[in-house]
Amino acid sequence: MSATTTTSETTTPAAKPRRLRTPYFQVVASLAWKDLRAEARGRELVNAMLLFSVMAVLIFSFALELDRQAQEATVGGVLWVTIAFAGTLGLGRSLAAEKDKGSLDALLLAPVERSALFYGKMIGNFLFTLAVGFLLVFLLTVLFNVNLFRPVLWLIIVLGCLGFATTGTLVSSMSVHARAREMLLPILLLPVILPIIISATRASTALLTELKTEDWLPWLQLLGMVDFVFLLAGFFLFDFIVEE
Amino acid sequence: MQYSESRTRTLQWLTYASIGLFIISFLMIFFYVGPEQTQGEVQRIFYTHLGAFFGSFLLFIAAFIAGIQYLRTRQEKWDDLGLSAIEIGLGFSLINIVTGSIWARPIWNTWWTWDPRLTTVSIMWLAYAAYMMLRSGIEDPNRRRRFAAVYSILAFSSVFLTIIIIRIRPDTIHPVAAGPTSTSEGIEGDFAMSTRITETLLFTIFTYVVISITVLWHRIRLENRAKQIQSRKMKLLLNA
Repeated sequence: MSATTTTSETTTPAAKPRRLRTPYFQVVASLAWKDLRAEARGRELVNAMLLFSVMAVLIFSFALELDRQAQEATVGGVLWVTIAFAGTLGLGRSLAAEKDKGSLDALLLAPVERSALFYGKMIGNFLFTLAVGFLLVFLLTVLFNVNLFRPVLWLIIVLGCLGFATTGTLVSSMSVHARAREMLLPILLLPVILPIIISATRASTALLTELKTEDWLPWLQLLGMVDFVFLLAGFFLFDFIVEE
Repeated sequence: MQYSESRTRTLQWLTYASIGLFIISFLMIFFYVGPEQTQGEVQRIFYTHLGAFFGSFLLFIAAFIAGIQYLRTRQEKWDDLGLSAIEIGLGFSLINIVTGSIWARPIWNTWWTWDPRLTTVSIMWLAYAAYMMLRSGIEDPNRRRRFAAVYSILAFSSVFLTIIIIRIRPDTIHPVAAGPTSTSEGIEGDFAMSTRITETLLFTIFTYVVISITVLWHRIRLENRAKQIQSRKMKLLLNA
């Protein structure tokens, strides 16, 4: 931030209006970095999310004691249900903490693009959700005895978590202002992220049950398309959510 | 707020028209069109089923446009339109789901199945129900209107998904309604529609579109009236 301020001050103020705006990507990166550092020190969010997902998977594997074939067919569903629920848990805290400490207002006062704030928060949430996703890959491989170490599945997880975090950041930035926000977030979020969950689950299940490429590729394409739409929606709609 | 005479008359006319159209379409469903070849008498519910779907579809599109317009212009009337459209749309899509379920019992031998389109329609319903929850959860009226507009835009993705799902999931037991179909016909049997079936179907859809517009208009007026009363109350309290 300091680098750009000095460069704009060295140019003559009369010739050019002073621009205090930090470059877009710098805002995104520093916000995401801030979230990561806070998380590395407190580990409040990630610990809760990881613990929750371990418990959820244990319950699933206990409740669905399945034979080999049925395991292959269900493991995709278990993966995505757990990611969605654990992710919702994390999203609820991510923006609520920002609002309760008043730092959301401070961020909004900063002379930066609002959508950069959105992408910054989104990247933080994305990485936390992704951490859950990759933990689940290990856990489900062990507990369900299905090999999840496949590059394409990882791609599906990355895309699914990206879509989830984008929509989740958008919706949770609305729900933090509501009265019963912890209750409202899942209700608002789950119907909207369903296109992502459905396509990710279908793609993972088709992949894990060894179906042909043309069986999972359309789902992967749909997932990418939905991600793109929501990323764009965040760019346009976040401004309206946070304006005061 | 005073409404112009001509508008009120148009609304009155529309109300009578929708009552008349509804009676005619009802008679058409039961007397004009014969029982369908493979499904027999139960197929008659299909007209209401599709009509209600078109009604709700139209209303959700209206809510989507109203959401965009509210964010652009910040006029309260767009918010009223969005709220009214979604409220009525919820009713219409409930009719759609319930009639579909009644129809499915004798045809698919089950009340409910996780057919892709059934899934997306129920998700669509939930998304709009969540919209109502969001509205009731936020106190500041300006913020409520803004968030409602944003959410109605997001929730429209579920409507979009409902439309395209039969294209990407060919294993659905719903027939493809729009565009050329690549899949072979499903369990429903050949939908080789006779002229009478087509006529009745189009008429019922038209009826439901008119009904949804009429009810929407009445609902907006109700909203305006409620606001009027509210402002009078405030005035009275201030003067007292």
